Amino acid sequence: MRSFDVLVIGGGHAGMEAACAPAKMGCTVGLVTMDKYALGRMSCNPAIGGIAKGHLVREIDALGGVMGILADKTGIQFRVLNQSKGPSALSPRSQNDRDLYSLAAVEMAEKHENITIVAESIVSILQEAGKITGVETSHGEFIGAKAVILCAGTFLNGLMHTGKSSYTGGRFGEPPALGLTDSLVAMGFEKGRLKTGTPPRLNKNTINWDILELQPGDEVPQPFSFRTDRKLFPFLPQLPCHITYTHEEVHKILEKGFKDSPLFTGTIKGVGPRYCPSIEDKIVRFSDKPRHQLFLEPEGLESDLIYINGFSTSLPVEIQLEALRKIKGLEDVEMVRPGYAVEYDFFPPHQVDLTLETKRVEGLYFAGQINGTSGYEEAAAQGIVAGINAAAKIQGKREFVLMRNEAYIGVLVDDLVTKSTEEPYRMFTSRAEYRLLLRADNADRRLAKVGHYYGLVTDEELEKVHERERRVQQVVQFCNTTKLKPEVVNTVLTEKGTQPIEFAEISAKLLKRPEISIHDLMPLAGAPDIPGGTGAGFDEDALHQAEIEIKSEGYIKRQTEQIEKLQRYEDVRIPINFSYAEIKAFSTEGKEKLMKVKPRSIGQASRISGVTPSDISILLVYLKR
Amino acid sequence: MFDDTIAAIATPPGAGAIAIIRVSGKDTFAVVDAISVTKKKLRDCASHTIHYGTITAVDGEVIDDVLFSIFRGPRSYTGEDVIEISTHGNQLITAKVMERLIQNDVRVAEPGEFTRRAYINGRIDLSQAEAVIDVISARSDASLRGARNQLDGLLSQKISALRERLIHASSLLELELDFAEEDIEFVDRSVLQQTVCEVIEEIAKLLATYSFGRVIRDGVHVALVGKPNVGKSSLLNYLLKESRAIVSEIPGTTRDVIREEMTINGILFRIYDTAGIRDTEDIIEMEGVKRSMDTIRSADIVLLIEDALGPDDDSYNELLNHISAKKIIRVLNKIDKPHEEHAGYEVYTSAKTGEGINILLEAMKRHAGDTGTYTEKTAIVTNARHYHSLSRANEFLHHALSSGSSHLSPEFISVDLRNAEAALSEIIGVVSTDDILNNIFAKFCIGK
Repeated sequence: MRSFDVLVIGGGHAGMEAACAPAKMGCTVGLVTMDKYALGRMSCNPAIGGIAKGHLVREIDALGGVMGILADKTGIQFRVLNQSKGPSALSPRSQNDRDLYSLAAVEMAEKHENITIVAESIVSILQEAGKITGVETSHGEFIGAKAVILCAGTFLNGLMHTGKSSYTGGRFGEPPALGLTDSLVAMGFEKGRLKTGTPPRLNKNTINWDILELQPGDEVPQPFSFRTDRKLFPFLPQLPCHITYTHEEVHKILEKGFKDSPLFTGTIKGVGPRYCPSIEDKIVRFSDKPRHQLFLEPEGLESDLIYINGFSTSLPVEIQLEALRKIKGLEDVEMVRPGYAVEYDFFPPHQVDLTLETKRVEGLYFAGQINGTSGYEEAAAQGIVAGINAAAKIQGKREFVLMRNEAYIGVLVDDLVTKSTEEPYRMFTSRAEYRLLLRADNADRRLAKVGHYYGLVTDEELEKVHERERRVQQVVQFCNTTKLKPEVVNTVLTEKGTQPIEFAEISAKLLKRPEISIHDLMPLAGAPDIPGGTGAGFDEDALHQAEIEIKSEGYIKRQTEQIEKLQRYEDVRIPINFSYAEIKAFSTEGKEKLMKVKPRSIGQASRISGVTPSDISILLVYLKR
Repeated sequence: MFDDTIAAIATPPGAGAIAIIRVSGKDTFAVVDAISVTKKKLRDCASHTIHYGTITAVDGEVIDDVLFSIFRGPRSYTGEDVIEISTHGNQLITAKVMERLIQNDVRVAEPGEFTRRAYINGRIDLSQAEAVIDVISARSDASLRGARNQLDGLLSQKISALRERLIHASSLLELELDFAEEDIEFVDRSVLQQTVCEVIEEIAKLLATYSFGRVIRDGVHVALVGKPNVGKSSLLNYLLKESRAIVSEIPGTTRDVIREEMTINGILFRIYDTAGIRDTEDIIEMEGVKRSMDTIRSADIVLLIEDALGPDDDSYNELLNHISAKKIIRVLNKIDKPHEEHAGYEVYTSAKTGEGINILLEAMKRHAGDTGTYTEKTAIVTNARHYHSLSRANEFLHHALSSGSSHLSPEFISVDLRNAEAALSEIIGVVSTDDILNNIFAKFCIGK
């Protein structure tokens, strides 16, 4: 009988992290996938990162995950989004070569001595007395495991729709996973149904590129991973994207297909994401909008496929093509593959704990779309959380839970577990109340030490982060201690349109003025040369980090105080077997929600909608420490 | 586990000989020492002892003479450091003391919070605690019922509407941050600024109703002022149609501040008959004069009673040093006696014949109404906790404006708007979850 410490079912973005983390921690890992070459496959758009998602990738990377490395290796365009906004909104994004990304993932998994790729389909999860024992394959083989991480993506009873026709499958050309849902429901898990969609793929050689608006990448591309050697980066030739638009005539053609749309005829029962609607949805809900923006994204260096971002649809094939050909640049386009919608089972995430271990079966973890999320990055983030926790539990290390003020990953998991979700959940920066602290550019400074504790970040890597930290603190210290005299600084102050000073002033204080940048002051302050610097003073990265920190100091201080205030509620633990049912004083809704979510702490309880402040008071009374 | 310090008025509302304000938490001694003057700092005093002292305003002026009862944790009701401040039983005084505590970061205690702390800190057992739970749930039922009454209902409607506007404003900012790549036209920053300004204005109006709201809860405070023998007490008696104040011909017998209550068309008036504000050498009277000045300063209306035989411009001018002319009703009394014509009085009365009394009542009503032009449809803030939350929302919004005008990026302004929104949410007791994103999804076409 084959047996592993950790068995990961599904090799998508969640599965890759869920397999690599325990493997790095020294566990034996079985990575189960129906098709070996589907590891790390990008089912939808050929891109990694984006607003808030880029933050997740940086955090995964800082913890020692693989997504950032894979994206850097296979990126064919890199852009930092939100450049004109403040530092906490900046988010990296890449276009990737879809095939190379998958190949890189396969190579990574194969190369790791602790990972065994198991090309099988799993039909049943096995447990004894509430504890996981292993799984059963479609061939009747039993594989033993101390922990099982289920990352099934859209494959659980996957059903794809285009127009009136629907066919079973988890992804284009791939069969669904049948049986797993039933085996979980039999254990008492509650299931739900969600929907997502993908746009058509077009033939690159049939598009009139010359008349389309160009969207190139950044001139100086930024990698995701702090491990990536910037001198060699980027590794591949860089390609642009293109922009085009729908118009009223396109909308009219699409409307012809509404009577056969599975979305409108009620064939599709699953709930789709509001932030990523199909083109038909957009036309109906925002009928006053005369046009919708579309991005033509390359699928790879050698690939003839183009991904048309913004045109997700499940309308009949002939309608899709007719509408596409009315769009500027696509007059003669050939559609290689139509868009489709896919429905799949998920398990509302209040059924997992903050470690992503299910509350019902010890040793069983859920990660990715099975928890109701959408997006590669959201999936990968959960993969690494589940992976580290599965291994940590086996090895007797402390559990891995990030707080909302520590990482977007913490926000993601807390949102899922505490609020559950009824539509596919996507990360947004606005979900993070401590956004100012959780920047993409300081993910390594925030999290590398955590990754190091679990053995995912090497000593050398951590030292690299510490070195960066030291360089930043040097600049901060310098700014906080160096005074500038009026005669030295007033010319610059006046030039920049801000008040001159009468008496010598600390540079940090002047830097807080919105008009003044750190580069205005450093030469005047006589910034020293330091080892590893550019030779012109402090190095650029340290200056930039220090500037952000000094400028937002007031806000950061207030947020930190808020966190400290709320921390005591996070520290009040609620036992998992707490009997809410016996307490009469709770509000009806509050009691119901508390019983459903079984929060771990008073802090978590207070974030559940429907739980009132007086419910919290009552809970506190019963939770005498 | 409790980092903050809480306080509440422990005695029932209304007038009693004394009122007790209880303060509990880790900063109890620091805060109370900061707002009081005592022979020895309270922090250096032994537990279970009582000390005399004064509570002072920010400018150092004495608010009241008080007694401090000291209970050091864990040997106190809550198990924490507790000080009970016994003040004179006057709601203005207790309100001022509470205000001083709040200024020093003390939080107004929630219903049942002292008892909750007592339980959690192990001072009472479970059966006692269960009784507390009943109290807590009863209180929240009561507050639910309270929410249905017209005044609170109007206020929460108003707050909800303001909150909606802030959520919309936040959505506009978040839209720029989270959906910058979308093909959406972003709203001009001046529109946002406009919204914030409008909300600030509305909050300012609500804050201004607090004094009027207090009037509804506590009544209109009226100070009766005048030289000895001008007939203040007789006039008061006429107003009350009963005689509780001592009426005599000897000047200066109304030494203490005497209070009477009356209602005119449903508005409660609390009338304080003062000892007068004349200079005196009599020690007892000096104390009376001091009390009179306190009463006058905190009153909503001052009735200055003058004798038709000898008008009293000195008193009027003296009053103007302390309060605004708008608060003063000049009453010329004893017009039943032969006298010269005197112009410039709002009301002419005779406590003997009752002449002019109705006009005086009308004037009092009018002045009370001047606290604001309120109708039954106006939302009014009557609760100190609500007032506190509104003030904080106001502060955050001003901060947002100044951040906006110094061109800080939207992520910073967003923090202020969210904090302001959270402060408003506290008043109406909603937990804000995904309201901003929901608003964005409903109003903007998102999704590539």
